[in-house]
Amino acid sequence: MSRATSSNKQSLLSVRDLRVAYGGVVAVKGIDLEVGRGELVCLIGANGAGKTTTLKALAGMLRPAGGTIRYDGHAITRRRSYELVSLGIALVPEGRGIFGRLSVLENLKLGAYVRRDTLGVSQDLDRGFELFPRLAERRSQIAGTLSGGEQQMLAIARALMSRPRLLLLDEPSMGLAPIMVQRIFGTIRRIAAEGVTLLLVEQNARLALEISRRGYVMESGRVTLADEAAALLANPDVKRAYLGG
Amino acid sequence: MRDWQRRWRGWKRNRQVVLGAWIVIGIVLALLPFVTGATLGRGWVRIIDFALLYVMLALGLNIVVGYAGLLDLGYIAFYAVGAYVYALLASPHFGLHWPVWMALPLGATVAAVFGVLLGSPTLRLRGDYLAIVTLGFGEIIRIFLNNLNAPFNLTNGPQGINLIDPIRIVDLGFSETYTVFGISFPPTHNYYYLFLTLTLAIIFISIRLQDSRIGRAWVAIREDEIAAAATGINTRNVKLLAFAMGATFGGVSGGLFAGFQGFISPESFNLFESIIVLCMVVLGGMGNIAGVILGAVLLTTFPEALRYLGELQYMVFGQVFVDAADLRMLVFGMALVLIMIFRPAGILPSMRRRRELGADAPVAAQEQASLYDAQR
Repeated sequence: MSRATSSNKQSLLSVRDLRVAYGGVVAVKGIDLEVGRGELVCLIGANGAGKTTTLKALAGMLRPAGGTIRYDGHAITRRRSYELVSLGIALVPEGRGIFGRLSVLENLKLGAYVRRDTLGVSQDLDRGFELFPRLAERRSQIAGTLSGGEQQMLAIARALMSRPRLLLLDEPSMGLAPIMVQRIFGTIRRIAAEGVTLLLVEQNARLALEISRRGYVMESGRVTLADEAAALLANPDVKRAYLGG
Repeated sequence: MRDWQRRWRGWKRNRQVVLGAWIVIGIVLALLPFVTGATLGRGWVRIIDFALLYVMLALGLNIVVGYAGLLDLGYIAFYAVGAYVYALLASPHFGLHWPVWMALPLGATVAAVFGVLLGSPTLRLRGDYLAIVTLGFGEIIRIFLNNLNAPFNLTNGPQGINLIDPIRIVDLGFSETYTVFGISFPPTHNYYYLFLTLTLAIIFISIRLQDSRIGRAWVAIREDEIAAAATGINTRNVKLLAFAMGATFGGVSGGLFAGFQGFISPESFNLFESIIVLCMVVLGGMGNIAGVILGAVLLTTFPEALRYLGELQYMVFGQVFVDAADLRMLVFGMALVLIMIFRPAGILPSMRRRRELGADAPVAAQEQASLYDAQR
């Protein structure tokens, strides 16, 4: 118990008994999650396990049916997404969700929508371009004409424009070529190294665990395993179910 | 890039040319009622006055449809609300004779409230579904206006409201004829200058909105609502603001219409009016202010010009084959179809709209060119 409270103090995000339902269908059936400051944590599991639903609830896009979400010591359970962005929680939605008909630059500027410090925004813009040189080359290109990998970079860069303390990433590897996946994961690691706390939802369990410190395994709306990433990688059950033997 | 395009770009960058162009436009706008009155007759000045009312309406609808991407088929309801508020507050119907500076803003405010009333239950709707609900809303307002003469006579039903006070600012009655330095200013001319001033104000607000934070939020919502919410945009408030802003412009235009016309009835606010305003926006170039203005002016003046078709036939053939009244709408409809075939993104499409329609190949070249320009 004392261990739990002490970890609570250090946690940036602390989720207790979170339940989320779509109409009558309960997709998340009471889960606990902890993400410490500066930590990179991943949430893995099969299709339909409730990973995306969990992330959407954390980002304020879905209203939880029960449980509590605490962020930086404050209860944020029923806050809306636009409030959470100002508090420093940014979501990179599944399927990227870029503004396809706007230019790369316009997309990035929209990422800083909640911010009023013009100077800071332009600094972060430069930083974003430094992190993703490819986007700098294409700043006035229409985002819909970027390749899948570039769109994913743009989605991440846009989320960073709100200067988040907690970045929620939903399936960044989805639909990308292996080389692009490597590059995206390299960037995620770099973002984590800069001190941003990350919660990563991934189907590609091996990759996610390799860059994470800790991991949670979800199965039909419940967390079935929670451990150090290295331990999960070595766990025979996890190996069999998610790492291909 | 073709030669004339290159030259056009060069001109656009030249400060003096731009300034000169604005001065010419200013002089044309200032003299327009006199030139028109002298050549085409006073009736045409009145048509121009109406064109300005429609420009205001179309710019209002452009905020909802063009910027925020919310398809509204009942927009004329806000015009009706603005007109009725003004009429009720400044006519013998209730014996109230409020000054215009109170009645007009109140009409606009009430229209904005109705905009929010329409917006809030439809927040989750998009596209076709939203169109159907807004269409119903427009009809509900019209039918209410038509039937609210009993048990309490609020709107005077189908007879409408008569003898509405003409617009008067302090001692300046716009429905009187003035003579200044030997130049005569009849009512149509006075209203022209009033409407022009307000139209310019609305154009200015539209331009400012387009480049503002809120303008970008509207575009984001139009593009992808979930992503917009993820970037921290309060999608509910921003959408309601679009409805309210659009309705405000409609309400102002409606109040001016009531004061100008002196008589209103529910008949003036039917579905056809909503559709014609939408046509102005779409045909002119959704989301592009210049295009929308052009659309509104063309769609008000062109059907009027077609009234001369009878005379034209007489001049060419010596007799009238088809009555102008019959031919008019046919030609008008054909013109609309032709515009949509040859300019699918509108007469003056916005850059963004051109991209949306996959557009003609030159767009990529233009992008390159503008990038090149920027680097130089």
